[in-house]
Amino acid sequence: MQFPSIPLAHLDDLWFQVSGTVCNLACTHCFISCSPHNHSFGFLDFETIRTNLEESVALGVKEYYFTGGEPFLHPRMTEILELTLRYGPATVLTNGTVFKDHWLQRLRAAEDASTYSLEFRVSMDGYTPEANDALRGHGTFERILRGVRQLLDHGFLPILTVTPANHEDDPHLFERFVRLLRENGYDRPRLKFLPTLRIGAEAKRGRGYDEHERVTPEMMIGYDQARLVCNHSRVVTDRGVYVCPILLEAPDARLGDSLTEALAPFALAHQPCHTCYQYGALCANASSRQRDT
Amino acid sequence: MPPADSATPEYRRIAVFGGVYSNYLALAAALDDARRRGVEACFCLGDMGAFGPHPDRVFPLLRDFGVHCIQGNYDNSIARGLDDCQCGYTDPRDNHFARLSYRYTFAHTNPDNRAWLGTLPTALRLQLGNYRLLLCHGSPRQMNEFLWESTTSSAFLDYLMRQYDTDVILATHTGIKWHRALEGGRHFVNAGVLGRPENDGRPNVWYALLTLAQSASEGLVTADPALQVEFIPVSYDHEQLAAQMRAEQLPDEFVATVRTGWWTTCLEVLPQKERRCGRF
Ligand code: SF4
Ligand code: SF4
Ligand SMILES: [Fe+2]
Repeated sequence: MQFPSIPLAHLDDLWFQVSGTVCNLACTHCFISCSPHNHSFGFLDFETIRTNLEESVALGVKEYYFTGGEPFLHPRMTEILELTLRYGPATVLTNGTVFKDHWLQRLRAAEDASTYSLEFRVSMDGYTPEANDALRGHGTFERILRGVRQLLDHGFLPILTVTPANHEDDPHLFERFVRLLRENGYDRPRLKFLPTLRIGAEAKRGRGYDEHERVTPEMMIGYDQARLVCNHSRVVTDRGVYVCPILLEAPDARLGDSLTEALAPFALAHQPCHTCYQYGALCANASSRQRDT
Repeated sequence: MPPADSATPEYRRIAVFGGVYSNYLALAAALDDARRRGVEACFCLGDMGAFGPHPDRVFPLLRDFGVHCIQGNYDNSIARGLDDCQCGYTDPRDNHFARLSYRYTFAHTNPDNRAWLGTLPTALRLQLGNYRLLLCHGSPRQMNEFLWESTTSSAFLDYLMRQYDTDVILATHTGIKWHRALEGGRHFVNAGVLGRPENDGRPNVWYALLTLAQSASEGLVTADPALQVEFIPVSYDHEQLAAQMRAEQLPDEFVATVRTGWWTTCLEVLPQKERRCGRF
């Protein structure tokens, strides 16, 4: 079988798998099966991050993204973001449950001193504690809301990335959710909706992918490649540079030891590529979304 | 910097307008202001229609004043008869308003003007003294790319300058002006827009004025005139525009923006820093 090969048009977004696969939660649907005990990828050390930030300047990187696991488990996360804001805009994908107020205070000061935005993206599953806690763990809905309140208290306007549960297409549930956010002090919530990725723990929970759900060369005809993360991003991990933050478990997704070694095209041979193909750049912020005319 | 290419027009002072969004009253005021400041030429970076009333009133002004225009995503959509403005909103509320104004603008742009929009170039190059300028709509590589001040690294701007072999890039599309001086005497300028105020609670709009300023060492052979970038506020009769928008039954939310200077729609694309400055 032949798979389409996607060139890196330009390295717009540089991702850091900053806390590896280590997370304080163990969501049943986590697409790279993160948990407190999953150390297949570890914490990135500060010097690796600094070296990559330096290297990224000559490559013309536009924005930096931090993911995990839970980035704020990294003992030097505040410092890492402070450093990054000297190079460009930073976005952290967090579960929102482990913030300390003094970190947020420092981060707000760092953002104020910088030209660039520091965006927080907080993930939620569904509009209710029932839906969310079933996947993220007991009591997490409340803990996430607390995290959102902490961010708001420090003047951040987090982007809530919500993956609605299957049965949640009732508009009243959505309206109730928006009201709940208001009651928690978020009167102009920034919301982003995500589809579920059926890999990792998710494949065991729901249904895995069907064999025919692969991207074929024919499917690329007339398709805007900029919709795919691998067309404009790479991700730095403690085990080398990978093509995207989604395929960490695929051996061929590791492209090299350093950024400059990882700029080659990538063949979309994996089933998650099919989801990317359908839904586009899941990982980008709305302010950076690319779409061809 | 290399000497001027003889095919590239050369100027010493120019006015650069961002999106007009059918705000012909602001366009007239800006043209008037620019002329009083003695510009040699005016440029418009595209998005002639959208948002405001009577889109056809913009075109005679652009032509009579000989404004050099490039094509924006809105113009591209209108010219090709696409069914949306290619801003790519995903928020249902933003989408609702974007569609309303797109349909209105399309229906009220006469076919000759639509065709004219289709003939506009997507970029222009010119010289300001020794500075090579590249004018585009979103970014040089993509008509509908948002280049916000708080989400565009200088490393990326340097890359664009190298890639497009230029010293100054001018763009619009986001609706909020900004300027960054880069190493090596290069500049990125987002000219803002004439179409609507920039979410700061003030009803005026903005354009960019670029001037070759003689340095203090004028007269010396070595003196290289520096590029001066200024943003000029433009006041216009925004209450009249608001009244006409109401008469045309354009959304109250748009009217409120014109009157108050706060954005009420299309907020999802704002990065955090820019969003924080607004009221909604
Ligand atoms: S989905 Fe996010 S919060 Fe949940 S286990 Fe995975 S990394 Fe942690
Ligand atoms: S999973 Fe998505 S981003 Fe990663 S290689 Fe496949 S298509 Fe590209
Ligand atoms: Fe535009």
